[in-house]
Amino acid sequence: MNISHTSPEQVEVYRLNLPAAVIITLLALFLQSFIPHWISWFAIFDLPLLVTIFFGVTRRNPVSGLLTGCAIGLLQDSLVHQPFGVYGITKTVVGYFASSLGVKLDVENAAARLILTFVFFVLHKALYFGVARYMVGQVLEWSWGHELTAGLANGVFAVGLFFVLDRFKHRI
Amino acid sequence: MENLITRHMHLTVLVGVLFLQVLGLAVQVKRTTDTQSTRLIRVWTVGAITPLERVIVGTQQGVRRIWNNYLYLRGVREENRELKQEIERLRLEQVRLSEGANQAHRLQDLLGIREQYISQTVVAQVIGSSGSEQSRLIYIDKGENANLKTDMPVITADGVVGKVLAVYPSQAQVLLINDQTSGLGAILEKSRLQGVVKGSSVGETVLDKVMSDEPVQPGDRVLTSGGDGIFPKGLPVGTVSRVTRDLGNLFWRVTLKPAANLNRLEEVLVVTQKQEREPIAAEAVGATRAADILASRLPSVPVKAAGEGPTAPNSVVKPDAARPDTAKPDPAKPDPAKPEQAKPTQVTPSGTNPSEPRQEAKPQ
Repeated sequence: MNISHTSPEQVEVYRLNLPAAVIITLLALFLQSFIPHWISWFAIFDLPLLVTIFFGVTRRNPVSGLLTGCAIGLLQDSLVHQPFGVYGITKTVVGYFASSLGVKLDVENAAARLILTFVFFVLHKALYFGVARYMVGQVLEWSWGHELTAGLANGVFAVGLFFVLDRFKHRI
Repeated sequence: MENLITRHMHLTVLVGVLFLQVLGLAVQVKRTTDTQSTRLIRVWTVGAITPLERVIVGTQQGVRRIWNNYLYLRGVREENRELKQEIERLRLEQVRLSEGANQAHRLQDLLGIREQYISQTVVAQVIGSSGSEQSRLIYIDKGENANLKTDMPVITADGVVGKVLAVYPSQAQVLLINDQTSGLGAILEKSRLQGVVKGSSVGETVLDKVMSDEPVQPGDRVLTSGGDGIFPKGLPVGTVSRVTRDLGNLFWRVTLKPAANLNRLEEVLVVTQKQEREPIAAEAVGATRAADILASRLPSVPVKAAGEGPTAPNSVVKPDAARPDTAKPDPAKPDPAKPEQAKPTQVTPSGTNPSEPRQEAKPQ
């Protein structure tokens, strides 16, 4: 495992051009809406979350990360039947911490990405649970087994996805 | 202070963005029925996502249609023969059932029951879902352009699917019956116990608030009760798969297997028009109500003529007997003042004609 602690000067900062970022975001939302209808178990994946994490650790700018997370979360909110802001809040937090962590750690290798995604998935779920249950009043059940399994599945999926998305980023 | 904010700029922005979202969320939660304030962004997002879904689903359907209708025709002749036999069998069954239906209609007319039935539907293609485990909804390719409106029932040939939640120019959002926020009035076919169908947090379809007076068995069919004002009565909802006692043992918690396969929806029917069949016979008889007809069949004791002393305590005054023209004492009737004759008597229906002689039966 190669999660190295590096100074901000040592960490490489990348950027994604705007059209690519917009298309990736819309594609993630489209696939998240489209595939679970045909393959119901695909709903355990959260593609908008994976894209948020990718943007965060790639740009390594907390403000950019949280704003990107906020935008993606609000777009995802508009596709589901719940008040605006539930996904917005959770993805804002994840975007902020992903980019903050990206500044401090080298998260370019597969193992680091798997662990990072796993941790952020569980954090995202916990935040969602808290916001949806205590602010919106939804009745939700927390299942450790389900969430940890889904976190692991998302981690594995993220390794492949990030490998594909790496082709769209450019070093500054 | 300014130095502190500048030093922790990232954190300040985070807190600011979160604060705004929490504020917006609080406003929406307070206005539980208002979706207009967030409609614009929903329209934009759905408008950006669904065209691609529509193209993919359309292409898939086209390819499937060409394959099924022009290429893969093996066994079609045999199937055609079987279907013709099936039609013959169904024709005979239809004749038998229509007799029963006519009889049921006559009884409904007699009792003044309004019947609601589906008169117009729109076929729609399912093009996507919410993609979330917590929100069970689908998107269909018909919207305002096809005159869809919110709260319209959505069904398949197998059973109930859900209701239209939001309508966009050329798409609509359908809330499935297994969503936590849905609520569908339903009735158990055998026991006639009523309840509310909704989704559980893990995506199961449950029939809630069913009184535990009578047993409920796995395999019992559940139909729409029509009590929610959205779905017509009698549509199949599902079958009972599991029954458990709810808190306090007052209610059953019934888990259902939905009649429509909610995970594999391709085409659905949106009920755009429902009609009510007015009771014909009830109108024809004018002021006679179902309650009057029922009351006339209840056991009763004739009212005594004025000046004959107090009426027996257990006597029942018939509605038509209370009318001045029908309250005349009948010499053929027994005197209620005599104890052995004061028992309630069963009277056969006398119709609506007050001059028609009544026949009295002996107590059973």
